[in-house]
Amino acid sequence: MSSRFHQLLPMLLLLSVGVSAVEVQRPRGVPLSKRQFYEEGKPFTCLDGSHSIPFDRVNDDYCDCQDGSDEPGTAACPNGSFHCTNAGFRPAFIPSSRINDGICDCCDTTDEYNSGAACQNTCREMGHKERESLQKMAEIAKEGFVLKQQLIQEAKRGIEDKKAKLVDVQVVKKDLEEKVEALRTVKETAEQPEKEAKERHLKNFTIRWYYQKALIRMEKDKARMAVVFLELDDDADGLVSVSELLSHSELDPDSDASFTEAEAQGLLGGVDKVDTEAFEAVWNNLKEKYVSEVTTYTAAPVETPPEEVREPASDNESEQYPEDDVQEDEEEEDEEDEDDDQDDADYKTPPTPATQEKKDDDDEGTMPPYDQETQNLIDAAQKARDDFDEAERALREVDDQITNLEKEISFDFGPNAEFAYFYSQCYELSTSEYIYRLCPFNRVSQKPKYGGSETNLGTWGKWAGPEENVYSMMKYEHGTGCWQGPNRSTTVKLTCGKETVVTSTSEPSRCEYLMEFTSPAICGEPPSRDSEPRDHEEL
Amino acid sequence: MSLNSRGLLAFEHLRMRKDTQADPEPEKKEEADPDNQAETAKEEEEKVEEGMWEETFKSHSDGKPNGPSSVSLDFSLPGVEHVYGIPEHADTLRLKTTDNGDPYRLYNLDVFQYELYNPMALYGAVPVMLAHHAQRTTGVFWLNAAETWVDISSNTAGKTVFGKMLDYVQGSSETPQTDVRWISESGIIDVFIMLGPTPKDVFSQYASLTGTQSFPPLTSLGYHQCRWNYNDQEDVQSVDAGFDEHDIPYDFIWLDIEHTDGKRYFTWDPHKFATPKEMLQGIMDKKRKMVAIVDPHIKVDSNYKIHNEIRSRGFYIKNKDGGDYEGWCWPGSAGYPDFTRADMRAWWASMFAYDQYEGSMENLYTWNDMNEPSVFNGPEVTMHKDAMHGDWEHRDVHNLYGFYVQMATAEGLIQRSGGVERPFVLTRAFFAGSQRYGAVWTGDNAAEWDHLKISIPMCLSLGLVGISFCGADVGGFFKSPSTELLVRWYQTGAYQPFFRAHAHLDTPRREPWLFGPENTALIRDAVRQRYTLMPYWYLQFYQAHHTGQPVMRPLWVEYPQDPATFALDDEFLIGRDLLVHPVTEEGVRGVTAYLPGKDEVWFDVHTFQKHNGAQNLYIPVTISSIPVFQRGGSIIPRKLRVRRSSSCMEHDPYSLYVALNPQRTAEGELYIDDGHTFNYEKKEFVHRRLSFANNLLSSVDLAPDAQFTTHSWIERIIILGASKPSKVTLKTADGQESHIDFEFDASMSVLTLRKPGMNSGADWTVMLQ
Repeated sequence: MSSRFHQLLPMLLLLSVGVSAVEVQRPRGVPLSKRQFYEEGKPFTCLDGSHSIPFDRVNDDYCDCQDGSDEPGTAACPNGSFHCTNAGFRPAFIPSSRINDGICDCCDTTDEYNSGAACQNTCREMGHKERESLQKMAEIAKEGFVLKQQLIQEAKRGIEDKKAKLVDVQVVKKDLEEKVEALRTVKETAEQPEKEAKERHLKNFTIRWYYQKALIRMEKDKARMAVVFLELDDDADGLVSVSELLSHSELDPDSDASFTEAEAQGLLGGVDKVDTEAFEAVWNNLKEKYVSEVTTYTAAPVETPPEEVREPASDNESEQYPEDDVQEDEEEEDEEDEDDDQDDADYKTPPTPATQEKKDDDDEGTMPPYDQETQNLIDAAQKARDDFDEAERALREVDDQITNLEKEISFDFGPNAEFAYFYSQCYELSTSEYIYRLCPFNRVSQKPKYGGSETNLGTWGKWAGPEENVYSMMKYEHGTGCWQGPNRSTTVKLTCGKETVVTSTSEPSRCEYLMEFTSPAICGEPPSRDSEPRDHEEL
Repeated sequence: MSLNSRGLLAFEHLRMRKDTQADPEPEKKEEADPDNQAETAKEEEEKVEEGMWEETFKSHSDGKPNGPSSVSLDFSLPGVEHVYGIPEHADTLRLKTTDNGDPYRLYNLDVFQYELYNPMALYGAVPVMLAHHAQRTTGVFWLNAAETWVDISSNTAGKTVFGKMLDYVQGSSETPQTDVRWISESGIIDVFIMLGPTPKDVFSQYASLTGTQSFPPLTSLGYHQCRWNYNDQEDVQSVDAGFDEHDIPYDFIWLDIEHTDGKRYFTWDPHKFATPKEMLQGIMDKKRKMVAIVDPHIKVDSNYKIHNEIRSRGFYIKNKDGGDYEGWCWPGSAGYPDFTRADMRAWWASMFAYDQYEGSMENLYTWNDMNEPSVFNGPEVTMHKDAMHGDWEHRDVHNLYGFYVQMATAEGLIQRSGGVERPFVLTRAFFAGSQRYGAVWTGDNAAEWDHLKISIPMCLSLGLVGISFCGADVGGFFKSPSTELLVRWYQTGAYQPFFRAHAHLDTPRREPWLFGPENTALIRDAVRQRYTLMPYWYLQFYQAHHTGQPVMRPLWVEYPQDPATFALDDEFLIGRDLLVHPVTEEGVRGVTAYLPGKDEVWFDVHTFQKHNGAQNLYIPVTISSIPVFQRGGSIIPRKLRVRRSSSCMEHDPYSLYVALNPQRTAEGELYIDDGHTFNYEKKEFVHRRLSFANNLLSSVDLAPDAQFTTHSWIERIIILGASKPSKVTLKTADGQESHIDFEFDASMSVLTLRKPGMNSGADWTVMLQ
């Protein structure tokens, strides 16, 4: 069988190249390659070998073979196929259900031999067109392929450059690392005396500071006592009496809502009246509970409890919020409404008395400036720190540079790095509604032409072509989510072209975009000149 | 049947509003039982209740110029335990009692993501109920287009089988009885009782009142490929090419609302569908067709011809204050043409003329969606009840609106061809009689197994009340089906009357070839099964058109005395001869089908295995299985040469499947015409009776006065349940006799006659000896 098959070859080639080929006699719809199975006058064996039928049942418009092989030229078998020679174009198989269905499928019209369909033989025209377009494509491919070689060279150079640079940078890095270490030592050396000087200063100061503070506090207490005495002494007789005390029910020792004379007397140390001197002796009984008769808020900078150090942190917060943080919040979330306003209102309530108190404390004494010697040590240490920080920053930058270089060098830019030139480039396509932007190996986005924000159609995922041609497609994933749908994603199809352009975009399925992208980098090696396209199809 | 035996007859006369409101009773709820209202009104004529003259629903108010106007009547059905009909509800075939919940509601609404097994109102309403027991079938047609409620109660509903047996043993005197009560918001009591006694009698009695199923173009029984939306002409072309590439037949490709220029119906998007005729011609070249959507809401836009004409002619529905009613729908602000007006419908029909509907061609057909009508900002997403159609309130005609939209559209498609071509119009809303104008689908279902399952009772219920051309969105409209669900849905849809895949805009694409070669093959096989049966489907529609019998039937219609069939709704019959039990459950390895008929046999159409009737048959299934059985005693014509579209198959030969019953006889019919014109009304068709008896199979003319020339011939005859003959002879009309080759498969008793070759329209006899 196989030897006969080969014998046919020379004839075949002749046929497909020559325009004036002679049609070899065979049943309708049979390709030349299978002609030998259909021998006039001899029983026909179904090609699956299932059984044999008389030859007059081949193409008799009744399906006898399970595999459809007895009816290559009729529509009788559901799984048959019909061969059109399509002289001038290329031969093709069509499902036999398309024979005589009134629709012209074969350009040589042979499929419509009994349907009345007015088919025109368009094979020459199509062949011509196809050759033209193949030629055009071949030219493009050729030029593209040349460009591709350049790209490959450039990429090679680029990578070499980068590798060289990487080496350089690694040297720089080493230097920097050493420098950082050296500066760290300098810094640490400078910081030790600074630390000691500071501690000394603090120690000295602390003792004085507490003493001063105590003094100030005592004076303040005395001043207040005098004020209170005057306030209590309603009749200004220089004495505070039980009856005068009674008007201040907050002083009631058992707070039982009845402030008795006996109780008041007890507060005054068992007497009816006290002068200023005696008042000083009982002042401690009164000062905690006493509420000034001057009711306005500002007039009450009362020195309250001795535990004066009252969470200064929260004081700071309550001071800062209204000015800084809240304002930022407002800018960031200006759509949020009432709730936030409510919060703002809370923040904006007047500072608590504690704040006021803190300010008073500050009046009581601040840290005095460092002496010159200490200051010199501090300055020296600061300089060492700055130098160190700067060196460290430089090292980090170099590290980043190395990471990027390494990434770029190891990135999959195609078998010969021909796609490297896309890197950090962007390509745009403008449609009636949108501007699409493809930044290869980075992201795809879509921006409405007339206002509106940009939508992320996916960030670089992977090369996603079929196994034999992985670099023919790119996949960008995890873009902006769709309502009731998936996250947007884009498939970029690369085709050979002289220029690097996005030629079309579409959204075949909701939120799944398709982009056509031409580049010389995908151009294959053009076929050698003498091979006429697809001649040997039917073998 | 007895009427008003429970004394629930009630009606409220129309009255004038008395503006002196006396003593309103705020504690009475507005949705108070109308019966109470009626009685109250009778007793105390002057009493005014809240809600009588005005109602509010959310932010909507309904001025009720005639006051409360409900009507009601009860029907008692002694001996009846099974009632059916009153679509559209996503519920079981057998209606449930409503004692413990809401009544079945009939009020055409655009329901978003409807719930299953629920008496809530859906897109259409047919106020027809069938009542059945083993001795008799009857029907009630409550002709009222206002909002309607149906309550059903039964004295046996709560009883277990054991309880019923106990009753029987004890000779309990109580006969089973179902009581039904109809209530409508306005209008009159206009009731037709169909007395049967057989189901077929009820169908023809009802058909005499509302007409029969329109006879659709043959192609519309093929497969329809739809999606919201095909993006542009290129997309349409590539989907069309995809079907050829994957060798899957289809007849219609559909365009949803996005094809229009800004939701202005009768127009095309100037960028995406710039050259519609070119596109349509491309489809026509493949002998295929297209459907484009035309909804009844009209964009209010003074640059839109359709709107300007309707406004200037005063054809819009008015609001209660006399201005044009405006609502919110796809195009934004929209008017609603008053389709209840004959002059409006005539004008609308004229808009389908080729010179009016720019870009249309003879292979472009129409889909009316949103015709409940859907009003996005209206009460319950529909029109305000106090909107005005001339002197009639919308309240009175609501359920008729969609019916008239489809009527006017179908008329338009007929007129554009000069009355020659049959129309095809799909509608979502419908009413009693909608069968005369085209097809109906079950609206916006979801890609869920339960939705696949419910498609069977939903279409069966529609068929019982005359609407045979019914289908559900294959794959499910909302959400995305699993591959298994999609395959099962194709397998089910291939055996339902209207076979269309559809999908929501936000779902991933799901053309049949997107799920891998294996699933493509499964879907191809299901669609091809549909196409081989096109002659049978066409015959069923021809018969439905003449008799009013449903095409897709519950088993009890053919086996009215077999109680085992009364509640079956996971299987169905097509005509009388094909029984289908599609697989509608995920991951199952078998289904149990009930094969009816005590003395009957059924043949598995795939394996030709014979099974006895009156049994529950367990059928092991794989993912490729579609359990379908042909009744012994029937002859079914098929066309086995499945092509790109049904038009391509027009002249193809027939294969006759003769399934013998135990008496070794069989009967069937063959109907052939041009497939698309009204010429069948001029007796241009072939209608033959095929019968097998005494080893003679013959074809006899059923319409000797009809004339039609067909090129189709008989390519094979397959006789199931046959014994091996020694000789087979064909005798044609001219007396010629010839031998016919045959094959006999003894294991399945299948006799195949090879290429008898006679013309399908001729008289002939085949003798087995």
